[in-house]
Amino acid sequence: MIKEIGKYFIFLGSLFVNRESFKTYYKLVLDECMTIGIGSLFLVALVSTFIGAVTTVQTAFNMVSDFIPKYVISQVVREMVILELAPTIMAVIYAGKVGSSMASGLGTMRITEQVDALEVMGINSISYLVLPKIIASVLMYPMLVITAGVCALFGGYLVGTLTGIITPNDFVYGLRSSYNEFTVVFALIKSLVFAFLVASISSFKGYNTQGGALEVGISSTQAVTSSVIAVLIADYLLAQLLLSI
Amino acid sequence: MIKIQSITKTFGERVVLNEISGTFEKGKPNLIIGASGTGKSVLLKSIVGLTKPDYGQVFYDGRDFYGSDRETKIEIRREMGMLFQGGALFDSKNVEQNVMFPLDVLTKMPQEEKLERVNFCLKRVGLENVNSKMPSEISGGMKKRVGIARAIVNNPNYLFCDEPNSGLDPQTSILIDELILDLSEDLDITTIVVTHDMNSVMGIGEKIMFLYKGVKLWEGANTDITHSGVKELDDFVFANKVMNSLRGK
Ligand SMILES: Nc1ncnc2c1ncn2[C@@H]1O[C@H](COP(=O)(O)OP(=O)(O)O)[C@@H](O)[C@H]1O
Ligand SMILES: [Mg+2]
Repeated sequence: MIKEIGKYFIFLGSLFVNRESFKTYYKLVLDECMTIGIGSLFLVALVSTFIGAVTTVQTAFNMVSDFIPKYVISQVVREMVILELAPTIMAVIYAGKVGSSMASGLGTMRITEQVDALEVMGINSISYLVLPKIIASVLMYPMLVITAGVCALFGGYLVGTLTGIITPNDFVYGLRSSYNEFTVVFALIKSLVFAFLVASISSFKGYNTQGGALEVGISSTQAVTSSVIAVLIADYLLAQLLLSI
Repeated sequence: MIKIQSITKTFGERVVLNEISGTFEKGKPNLIIGASGTGKSVLLKSIVGLTKPDYGQVFYDGRDFYGSDRETKIEIRREMGMLFQGGALFDSKNVEQNVMFPLDVLTKMPQEEKLERVNFCLKRVGLENVNSKMPSEISGGMKKRVGIARAIVNNPNYLFCDEPNSGLDPQTSILIDELILDLSEDLDITTIVVTHDMNSVMGIGEKIMFLYKGVKLWEGANTDITHSGVKELDDFVFANKVMNSLRGK
């Protein structure tokens, strides 16, 4: 375990030695952004809309007292969505979708000797293959989180108003009352960290695949597990760190 | 010319290569032969620097590869071309992009010149009008040819082939062997071919190194291989029925 973490940091270190030209990376990053962004957009939107809807219904269900004004429902939903659902739950989904495909892609390149082919040409295969993935992930994931947040609130609004749990006016009023911008900043900081963790850990797992097709599958599963664990630990640490000041 | 000295490699307790020394000459294919699992691939990877040997040296025309700094290593690397067992084509790129790839990253050649060079190399390996095909759409033999085209596109001084005809039918194998022979002679480069195929050995084995369980047991030309007097080599050579029928003649 400790050895593995050490190897992970050495891996991160070798991202930055002997890189290719900026122009090479520019194109690779764009390609990765397209894959990551467009590939995950639908899933992220779908899942977050439903989570927003369900959160709204359940929050309403738990607020049985007539003394609590209805707009509190959307206020609670807003806080939950921005602070936790959008950045963290999406990170779990992101690890499952993007992380596993990064790992299996790199794993396949490894076992079919495509990585060796790059190395023989004198190219630093780690920075050539992995750096664009990490940069693209850090660029795209915050956008996915923003999309998720918007979709979740939209889902909550839709279900809340259509089922008559809350009036449209109350919902919007709740969204706007005692709003603190820092929660959004906090969510974006979290999403940057999670994006980096998922991309780098999944790449690390995929890049170090040894063996055959079976091992590629194992790497891909491990990539998801390790990424999710790292995200949850980071989530806790960031909450301690940023919310205590 | 490539010279290796005392290349030794262990994986855990297992000694996979034991003090291998020898030279590989320019302008011809140099064969490394032996049964599966004897360390041929590990030796080839140690020579090109993909696997670091425990100790031992590799000299590329006098330049000590493992004793060099990073810049010299990259410089030597950029004079190498390598054909991998399965072709190792980048599966997100088409044939043309695969072959052009070394030129894209290693040279500042203008696009038209690159394309001309790519088409020249594809033609050289007998492939035309496949430029836009993806690796998944072409046969194993074609993948190998594209792999060869990619290996020679940047005018290497050294060419390495790991089992160039594994998984190919006998006819295609012979074509690939002849291609490797022609290229080595025409381009006057140092070529090292790893194989366990007796057809290749008899066909292009002017200079052969025989490995047995990580040890170099014999060295010579295919004309002498049937009467080496080395038992392990005889077992290897005459495991082939056709060869066995020639035994004693
Ligand atoms: N990375 C590795 N880790 C451990 N053992 C290895 C590794 N690579 C090769 N070996 C072992 O070294 C031996 C020689 O392998 P190899 O050179 O691939 O044989 P071949 O002569 O068939 O090409 C094999 O027994 C293999 O299991
Ligand atoms: Mg081999």
